[in-house]
Amino acid sequence: MNWNEHLPALLLALPLLGAFLAPLCSLGGKTVRNAMFMAISFLTLLVAFFLWRTVLAEGIQYYVMGGEGSRLSLPSGMAVPVRIILEVDALSAFMALCGAIASFAGALFSLNYMSRFTGLSRFASLYLLLTAGMLGMMITGDIFNFFVFIEVSSIASFGLIAFWRDRPAAVEASFKYALISQVGSMFILVAAGCLYGRYNMLNMAAIGSALQMGTMEKLALVFLVGSLAMKCGAFPMHMWLPDGYAEAPTGVTCLLVAVSQASLYGLARVCFSVYGIAIGSAFIPWMIIVFGLASMFFGVAMAVVQHDMKRLIGYHSVSQVGYMLLGLGVGLLVLGDPRAMAEFGMTAVTGGLFHAFNYTMYKALLFLAAGAVYYATGKRDLNDMGGLARKMPYTAVMFLIASAAISGLPPFNGFVSKLLIYESSFAVHPFLAVVALVTSVLTLASFVKVFQTAFLGPEKGVLAGVREVPPAMLAGMAVLTVVVLGLTLFPSWSLSNVAEPAARALVDQSGYIGAIMGGGM
Amino acid sequence: MRPLSVVVRTGCDFFAWFMIVFGVNIVIHGYMTPGGGFQGGAIIATFLAFLLVAYGGKKVLSWVNEKIYEFLFEELGLICFFVLALLGIGNSFFYNFLASPLGAERTGIMSLISPAGTTVFMSIAVGIEVTGALSLVIIAMFRGIRQFAGPSLPEEEIGHDR
Amino acid sequence: MIGNAPFFVVGVLFMMALVGIFMSRNLIKIAIAVTILGSSVNLFLVSLGYRAGGSVPIHFLAGEGEVMVLPTPQAMTLTAIVIALAVTALLLSLIMHVWRHYGTIDVDEVRRLRG
Repeated sequence: MNWNEHLPALLLALPLLGAFLAPLCSLGGKTVRNAMFMAISFLTLLVAFFLWRTVLAEGIQYYVMGGEGSRLSLPSGMAVPVRIILEVDALSAFMALCGAIASFAGALFSLNYMSRFTGLSRFASLYLLLTAGMLGMMITGDIFNFFVFIEVSSIASFGLIAFWRDRPAAVEASFKYALISQVGSMFILVAAGCLYGRYNMLNMAAIGSALQMGTMEKLALVFLVGSLAMKCGAFPMHMWLPDGYAEAPTGVTCLLVAVSQASLYGLARVCFSVYGIAIGSAFIPWMIIVFGLASMFFGVAMAVVQHDMKRLIGYHSVSQVGYMLLGLGVGLLVLGDPRAMAEFGMTAVTGGLFHAFNYTMYKALLFLAAGAVYYATGKRDLNDMGGLARKMPYTAVMFLIASAAISGLPPFNGFVSKLLIYESSFAVHPFLAVVALVTSVLTLASFVKVFQTAFLGPEKGVLAGVREVPPAMLAGMAVLTVVVLGLTLFPSWSLSNVAEPAARALVDQSGYIGAIMGGGM
Repeated sequence: MRPLSVVVRTGCDFFAWFMIVFGVNIVIHGYMTPGGGFQGGAIIATFLAFLLVAYGGKKVLSWVNEKIYEFLFEELGLICFFVLALLGIGNSFFYNFLASPLGAERTGIMSLISPAGTTVFMSIAVGIEVTGALSLVIIAMFRGIRQFAGPSLPEEEIGHDR
Repeated sequence: MIGNAPFFVVGVLFMMALVGIFMSRNLIKIAIAVTILGSSVNLFLVSLGYRAGGSVPIHFLAGEGEVMVLPTPQAMTLTAIVIALAVTALLLSLIMHVWRHYGTIDVDEVRRLRG
């Protein structure tokens, strides 16, 4: 049997199997449960990596659930696909790889971080379920299944954010997130219903091939863009994001960062692959750009005044998501204009997607480092910290690398993707680039403050007994650091091999549709 | 919650079992009638809700063992569903390898199995899983209510956070 | 005209639910509004799949008629109901924890996270 063919299904089946097995394995004790947890996370990462290699080598992979053959998208005489289809193009594989790395690092980190709490079989179960939901959102080719996976990941994350249920703030954050994401998911379901009512199809590629702009389509587009922007934390609907990120256990926060990227992926997929040029007016692209600008500026403005370390990093997430929205919005704005597309549109999309990858890596690393500091000191308020660099050298170095990357200091990977976004948004209007630059400067200022207060400066007396965190936590952070440094040291390789195939796959609407609608084997 | 009167309890003794029968009927005919695993499982789970209302939380919660619901029902259902999906992997995940076209002659062992194939078994697996899950939800929420009645949290609840 | 009646009901329910979610101050009422929102969307899906004079889309009971009600929206509705059940259970459990910690379920008093 050719396992390569089954990779998309395995990518979902492995974490799901792990989620089902976790309670059983914890009957065998702590070691068995941890071994299963790590093995499943690592295997998922491997599958995601191989899937990515396969997609880059052989083009779009798709998988028909329950079909006679896994590649039979249009069985005998059917004009439209009827089964559930997973479709993995370079963009999906790229996002899935990014999510799987974050999931693995978070799992490794959680081994030590969570070890003193009870209820860990449920934790492992929900964590793997969240991974499965996130990967499902990234590789599904069906708009209703997108809704199902969004709900799987949301329900798992409600449970995980409120995992420390004896903390009032955690329960409150979880409730807030539950409300907002439930309203958002219902909007997505309404949009799926609108599209189904119009075309009798749920497959994204099939809808894309038949799409003609009308009232129902506009309604569906507004619902989808609004709710997905809400789920990835754009400005006016961002209030759940810092709360949820700050109150969740840190290993989970690392995964939640990747889950918000899955919503961003959904936004990109709907705008580019389903609607594409048919989007017509410039209203939706400008809406996305304005969301991006507002998130960038207000996110960083609110981050500067925070004292709580994880909350501060959470507000920076809002502002970083703005960059990606800006890049994607600029790309969408000039999608119908081949000359402008070649000139700066592709750069904008590449920059946005590369920033999504970079962002997931360094933001997850920042959260893990903040969690390590919390684990070692028991404090979250920046005013209570100081001089930790001597006590926790490895954490300090990794935090420094991540904060240099998020501030966009020149050699680091954050700089590469931000530069692409500055260049391309400048071509649309200089104001966009100015806002992006100002945000970057404020981000740098904010992280200089954090690093200076927490890791440098005089040692606090109460922190005398602080020691470096255990090795598994360091290993979790090291995984992400290696990725960040790899992207930093080989910027041209990573641009041409990681980001550009994904960007080409995103703007290539006919390729995405043709893979499914082009015929059976 | 206090136990209700003897009339209600006797009625419950009598009728609660019919809920199980009715639920099982819906589960195993789920592949060709309205209903299926989820609906049947939800009906079976009302058995526990009946008992809780009639007998009160204290008594019923001392009868039930959550481990049985968790492992015997929920895990078994989930694993069965997963294995059934995996068995079709020769063609594709979730492939219905036991099905046959309408009107085709089925011989030997296959004649015992409905033409709907794995759908029947998946519906039963889902029914088992939903029974366990919904019963667990009812039990967990009921225990949650009882915790408010007591003066403080039970011992294992403290220390969850450091 | 009468064929569109379900969609008017959907619209009314949807708006009612949104108003309930954003205006009401009681957490339990908010949870109820979330379930109403889910129900309105489910009604929308089911009424999308209705075909005039159609029979049930089941093999054994379909009868002689040529027209069937579409089964896909019903499957979607069923999935959405299952998900809504899980969400409702979670919301209610979270409300129980909120009540335990804060001693109130008034939105304005459950405000530890702000700014």
